[in-house]
Amino acid sequence: MALRIDRKPISLKLLIYFLIFSWVIIAAFPFIWTVWGSFKVELDFFSIADWTYALTGERTKAEYGSPFTGKGYEGAWLDNYFWRNAINTFIICFFVVCTSLTIGTLGGYALSRSSYQYTFWLLVIALIFRAMPPITLVAGYMLPFFEWNIWGILPTTIIVLVAINQPFTLWMLHSFFQNIPKELDESAKVDGCTQFEAFRFVIIPAMWPGVITTGLFSFLLAYNDFAVTSMLLAENNRTMVPAIAAFLGTTYTEGNIMFAVAAVVSTTIPLFLLVMFFQKQIVSGLTAGAVKG
Amino acid sequence: MGVNRPPTLYSRLFMRHSTFFWFVLPTATAMILFIALPIISVLLQSVHAPHQAVLVEVETCTPLVGCTVETTMDQEATKALRDSQPLGRFVGLDIFFDRGHLAVNEIKKIINNSNTWNEIFTQLSNLPFYRAMAFTLTFTFVVTPFVIIFGFFIAIGVNAISSYFKGLVIFFSLLPFVVTQLIGALVLFWMIDSRGILGSAVQWITSDPNLSLKASTGVMWLSLIIYGIWHAAPFAFVIFYAGLQTLPQDQIEAAKIDGASRYQQIRYIVIPHLFPLITFVALIQLMDNFRVFEPIVGFNASAHAQSLSWFIFNDLGGETRQLSSAAASSVLTIIGVSILLFPVLLRTWRDYREQT
Repeated sequence: MALRIDRKPISLKLLIYFLIFSWVIIAAFPFIWTVWGSFKVELDFFSIADWTYALTGERTKAEYGSPFTGKGYEGAWLDNYFWRNAINTFIICFFVVCTSLTIGTLGGYALSRSSYQYTFWLLVIALIFRAMPPITLVAGYMLPFFEWNIWGILPTTIIVLVAINQPFTLWMLHSFFQNIPKELDESAKVDGCTQFEAFRFVIIPAMWPGVITTGLFSFLLAYNDFAVTSMLLAENNRTMVPAIAAFLGTTYTEGNIMFAVAAVVSTTIPLFLLVMFFQKQIVSGLTAGAVKG
Repeated sequence: MGVNRPPTLYSRLFMRHSTFFWFVLPTATAMILFIALPIISVLLQSVHAPHQAVLVEVETCTPLVGCTVETTMDQEATKALRDSQPLGRFVGLDIFFDRGHLAVNEIKKIINNSNTWNEIFTQLSNLPFYRAMAFTLTFTFVVTPFVIIFGFFIAIGVNAISSYFKGLVIFFSLLPFVVTQLIGALVLFWMIDSRGILGSAVQWITSDPNLSLKASTGVMWLSLIIYGIWHAAPFAFVIFYAGLQTLPQDQIEAAKIDGASRYQQIRYIVIPHLFPLITFVALIQLMDNFRVFEPIVGFNASAHAQSLSWFIFNDLGGETRQLSSAAASSVLTIIGVSILLFPVLLRTWRDYREQT
């Protein structure tokens, strides 16, 4: 609409652009700074002498003959076996996403298609479970898991993360399925399909946008988790985030904090790409919950 | 579905109880086994304490010296007892009332011995549970409103800029929210640290070379709160931005024709339109900020600020896993969450009743 009345005064426009620009800097600068700093030595990134060293890399030049060094990455990935943590993370994420989506789509579909009162109560219970801080549940897992000797291994953690993920997955898929018209599977049932056949042949082909969005959030939950994975995994099965926390514990004393910085940057890159390629889905996923309340 | 009689058309259109059951079974099983039962397990654990060592008295007599009675731990009996009852011995609510949690006795003493409110608060803040509670509540109730305010202004701003930049702005805005909380906290902490770029900038501005995050509780709380806002403002922004796309254009135009200023349009049309979303963001943020935990690890802040979740984490970790103490803290945290959640449940129930 190009109404004259809509036009903003130039001062207001400038102010808005200035504020939004400042926000983008506030949101992005810490990451850019850390990526830049991860190629320096500790005395440059945490410079006591002169903060400009962090930009020019004086000490890095003195030590390695070039203002950039991959020493931090080498130390983290090779010397401290961060690649093992990366593999563990991707195993966990893969299985958590697949399992969550499989059982979540079945449940979410049924919740959106049944109109009995118990569907409401199931959703309310899921909401209550969603509000539980995961760390409070961890206290309940410890003793049984020790007793049954299943503590510390990947499959246990995968199942726990799937379960913790379910309330959110159910709510999200439930609201996506409600947007798929009921007439679709009802007409299939009129034509003689069972409920499962209607789901299999009519709903599954139409559900992918919602499932992909939900899958992204399942992935983020599994990938970003710290409380559950750091408590339930043995040291040799650690994923990336608890491994970074462990780096901090040992490296503050050893002066090898750059390993942690390199590990942090390495862990952020997949998330960076994810936001870049799936920005639309992430936004639609966040708002799906809000619109349905 | 093995049905003998031909179902009527009507009944076929609805999902049957049995069909519903089979569809929901896997997800329900997962939630019962790994959410509902652990809550019960936490409750049980919180009223049990580890077994004390079984002691035996051994009398050793040496000629000329005489007899001495020594009390030693019976290793085997202790182990047998611990294996047969891994939960420990029943102690009722003792753990809840001990010094590490609600500290009932200490509180009585404090109230009896101190005269001013100030004195009472200072002494209360020495009790670990109340200290964690104080930080958790401060964090929750400071971060939540600021997240809403910042999110709102960013949304209004982004909505006003040229659509050419919108995608890029949204991309960078999402980063603090999507990136792992621990990582976001570390990235910020390394800048605020006294050797980091922001830390040294602050020292330079205030010309106080000793000003440091690690030295001051106040500065630490402030940085944690800033982190909390930085992390969650994008969430509020995205929700509000989506809400702005559905603004009732006819109302806005009518208001413009009536000569409403920009401020009046925002005050009387935009905010009422976004109001349901504002309550939604507030409720989600209250729940999420109440579990604040990763930033405390990332900022290495436990000397100055502890939250309820950190408190549980600290008990669970380390060589001595204090499961009972952690369980008691968990139960208290769950009670806190329930109190916060109550209005949400009430609202959901009301909406549902209105619908049917």
